[in-house]
Amino acid sequence: MGKVLLGRYIPGSSLVHRMDSRSKLILSFFFIVIIFLANNWESYLLLFIVTITSILTARVNFSFFIKGVRPLIWLILFTVLLQIFFSSGGTVFWKWGPFTLSYYGIVNGIYVFCRFVLIIFMSTLLTLTTAPLEIADALEKLMMPLKRIKVPVYEISLMLSIALRFVPTLMDETTKIMNAQRSRGVNFGEGNIMQQIKAVVPLLVPLFVSSFNRAEDLATAMEARGYHGGEGRTKYRVHYWEIRDTLGCTFFVVVFIILLFIRQW
Amino acid sequence: MVDMIEIKNLSFKYSQQDGQTFNDFNLKIKQGEWLAIIGHNGSGKSTLARLIDGLLAPSEGAIFIDGIKLTPENVWDVRSKIGMVFQNPDNQFVGANVEEDVAFGLENAAVSREQMLVRVKESLQRVNMWEFASHEPARLSGGQKQRVALAGVIALRPKIIILDEATSMLDPEGRKAVLDIIRELNHKEKLTVISITHDIDEASKAQRVVVLDDGKLIQDDKPEKVFSRGSDLVKIGLEPPFSEKLKGELESLGLVVPEDYLTEEGMINWLWELFSRQ
Repeated sequence: MGKVLLGRYIPGSSLVHRMDSRSKLILSFFFIVIIFLANNWESYLLLFIVTITSILTARVNFSFFIKGVRPLIWLILFTVLLQIFFSSGGTVFWKWGPFTLSYYGIVNGIYVFCRFVLIIFMSTLLTLTTAPLEIADALEKLMMPLKRIKVPVYEISLMLSIALRFVPTLMDETTKIMNAQRSRGVNFGEGNIMQQIKAVVPLLVPLFVSSFNRAEDLATAMEARGYHGGEGRTKYRVHYWEIRDTLGCTFFVVVFIILLFIRQW
Repeated sequence: MVDMIEIKNLSFKYSQQDGQTFNDFNLKIKQGEWLAIIGHNGSGKSTLARLIDGLLAPSEGAIFIDGIKLTPENVWDVRSKIGMVFQNPDNQFVGANVEEDVAFGLENAAVSREQMLVRVKESLQRVNMWEFASHEPARLSGGQKQRVALAGVIALRPKIIILDEATSMLDPEGRKAVLDIIRELNHKEKLTVISITHDIDEASKAQRVVVLDDGKLIQDDKPEKVFSRGSDLVKIGLEPPFSEKLKGELESLGLVVPEDYLTEEGMINWLWELFSRQ
């Protein structure tokens, strides 16, 4: 379990992989925002072309994206069905009590489905091509303006990176405790819901206690290594904004402008 | 030789505990010395290390590091002369991977990035971990993590290294690797080493051994002298080294054994000699 890859990051050397995490984060957010501007089939087609192009540039197997959609499929279907049966307008094909099946409803349902898929594909692309730690770094950089209003940006980003670093350690520990409790006769994942919830208690309590002990040890070690707050520290990890990042941003701005032209006003 | 650490009339008490941990405690440690502090659990060994590093503040008395008195104002400066390696390899690994963990202390000390790159590489090469520079901690063994922790200490170029039971969670191989590096640092760089340990073999590598019992210094001598008192060690909750136990057994069988402490190798030689004489 300790060897589990955090997030779904797949190392690679494609253009998308080598882009700065800041530009990737900004562009993903930007893309998700402009998805909501699309309102006709031409604009959705454009966004799909952009997404597919980005995925092809990243040279990541397409199956990972399908896997990204799968856990959310029920939520998506539910929302789509709501859209189809509860929005009205245009030709009505069928009506039963509060449910109407209309032309407008079907189109809206398809659009909602497209939105979901686009958002999931783009955010999956971000997490597949960017190491979690780099995302944490990007967040730190992008939160910098918040320092003016006394947000402890350095501390937040250190907390994030330590949290990421300890995920495998705590997973190992969980496995160990589970095995220890199993050997004492605890059944995990069996019985009714109440029994399953009860089985989690002997897992959570030791895990909680040991996490606190670890936190205390780590705090002592950090202090002994001279950590006294985020101010005045230098940085070992650096990121450079390169031509490809500027190019990437330009590409998305162009997409945005085209979208403004072809969407329905 | 000059005193690197001087502890004068030290008293200390944990706020949540009754009774003093230390009461009027005195100790001097010379520059370049390798000192082992041994004692049972709760004898105050780790507390002493934390007091020296300024992680705890004494209630009375003074601690001088390299001639400077430790005060709340200069604690960060003094601490930069001391590197500490703790017991649990996982709980002192801050960075996401090996090189970043070594850089953590340098980042805190606001060392420039160019310098950092040089020093990280240098210190990782010292502990033979350079080829693992980009590895995450989950992919390292306990001994490798402790070597990384040691590299983090070396990178900061301290004058004193404190090992707070740093080898107690390692397998014999990992322990040996860590101690070999320590010995080299002690020999070549004249670093002062304080090793707090349960492990008699580790303690026997020191030049001087201090035995603590309930915050009192009950013995301060060369390792050979300290360990030759086998039964006394048991009394203060320590297990005597294997060679001492063997000596005790031989003595009870009516053999005449040497008074002084023998290392395992010394024991083998003595046994050979004894055997060939008969």
